[in-house]
Amino acid sequence: MSGSSVLYDVPGPRAKARNLILGVLAGAGLLGLLWYVYRSLADANQFTAAMWDPFQYKVAQEKILTGLLDTLKAFATAAVLSLILGALLAAGRLSDHKPVRTVCTAIVQFFRAMPLLIMIFALYQSLFTTSPFWGLVIGLALYNGAVQAEIIRSGINAVPRGQGEAAFALGLRKTQVMGTVLVPQAVRSMLPAIIGQLVVTLKDTSLGFVITYPELLYVGKLIAGTTATPDGYPYIPVTIIIGAIYITLCLLLTALAKWIEGRSRRGANRRTPAAA
Amino acid sequence: MGRLFENGNLELFRDGFLQTVELSALSALFALLLGTLLAAFRVSPVPVLRVFGTVWVNTFRNTPLTVLFFAVVFGLPRLGVHFDNFTFAVIALSAYTGSFVCEVLRSGINTVQVGQAEAARSLGMTFSQTLTQVVLPQAARTVLGPMSSVFIALPRNSAIAGAFSVSELYHFQQTMTDLGYGIFLIFFWVALAYLFLSACVALIFRFLETRLAVAR
Repeated sequence: MSGSSVLYDVPGPRAKARNLILGVLAGAGLLGLLWYVYRSLADANQFTAAMWDPFQYKVAQEKILTGLLDTLKAFATAAVLSLILGALLAAGRLSDHKPVRTVCTAIVQFFRAMPLLIMIFALYQSLFTTSPFWGLVIGLALYNGAVQAEIIRSGINAVPRGQGEAAFALGLRKTQVMGTVLVPQAVRSMLPAIIGQLVVTLKDTSLGFVITYPELLYVGKLIAGTTATPDGYPYIPVTIIIGAIYITLCLLLTALAKWIEGRSRRGANRRTPAAA
Repeated sequence: MGRLFENGNLELFRDGFLQTVELSALSALFALLLGTLLAAFRVSPVPVLRVFGTVWVNTFRNTPLTVLFFAVVFGLPRLGVHFDNFTFAVIALSAYTGSFVCEVLRSGINTVQVGQAEAARSLGMTFSQTLTQVVLPQAARTVLGPMSSVFIALPRNSAIAGAFSVSELYHFQQTMTDLGYGIFLIFFWVALAYLFLSACVALIFRFLETRLAVAR
């Protein structure tokens, strides 16, 4: 954070003192809030040893681990499929043939506007009644593929026009212009946005919970609902653990996107499209 | 298997649709309030508030909405907080969407160039004049685009509430499937309702954009 901000001047002695007082007051208020949250959790017996004991057993740990692996499996499959679909749809939207363009635009707009849950549930009920995995993965791939298509298309469109024109003037065919000139340049600027969308894909795998795909959240509910402790069912500890796992995974992916963004900042190419 | 809208199913569909609208509208309102507060924290000159805003936003942006619903619906009652499922859904949705609103607002404020505020100050404008007449109007224009995608996503996200016993459109889809109606027929009508909703939100934002547009 540099010293200059649009909103206020660089603080002088009086403003610094005022900010310090405000900071101390706010800090005290936030500490009070934290204490209140801690107290209400503790008063509800959420921090007793009995509540957290189930996670020391190998069975529960293995269950969480397999849940995590199933989540990652669905994520990886959906990510690959959505990138392939996204590339195809983007190519279709950039096509010279109007019918292809129209069809691809309609597909992209439709799947982008559809709630993922509605789609996953419909797929699960109609085509994949025996395999929630494919219902989840195909639903994820359709929705995220449509979004990735838009990211890829806008990335290619953001390459300066002269690049494509120069390539055409050299006598390259459209495929060559795309493959050797436009796409390599576009990939650099759109990689952060693509990874940003992969974070969304990862988060959305938790919708598998609704169609009984045994991913992390489903496993969590299973553990919470079947382990009775003297202080009640451990729903809150399970939520804390699973939330922490998801947050860690997403932050790791985001950090990767930031690192790539920082790398590609070097040089004149400074375009960084916002994550959708 | 008969026609879909028999035996009062039309009423169910209507109620589900209205519930989705109500849920989205209420969550949008609270998300806007929460997001503005968090954005104010994140750009404030007080480091403690900045840290708090950052931690809050990173936590809620990186938690899947389903997990958030799970936490609210199964967690809060164990702490002695008892509401109906609709209120729980509003809490989860606004907490989730609010952090996205915060990020959009913050990046909007950051795109206004420092020179604008410096020029305003050197003209002798006070802090509140600088804020309301120079910085915020410019920020609002850049914010509209990303903000529209956040609020178009909101009705879609609200579908998850149906999995936690709020009787909105997804719940309607579930009920009709259980009653044995054709899944594609149900999907068609539910999809139409959601397309209509997102088209409405997009129209509102397009109207705002043309109202706020200036020649640069």
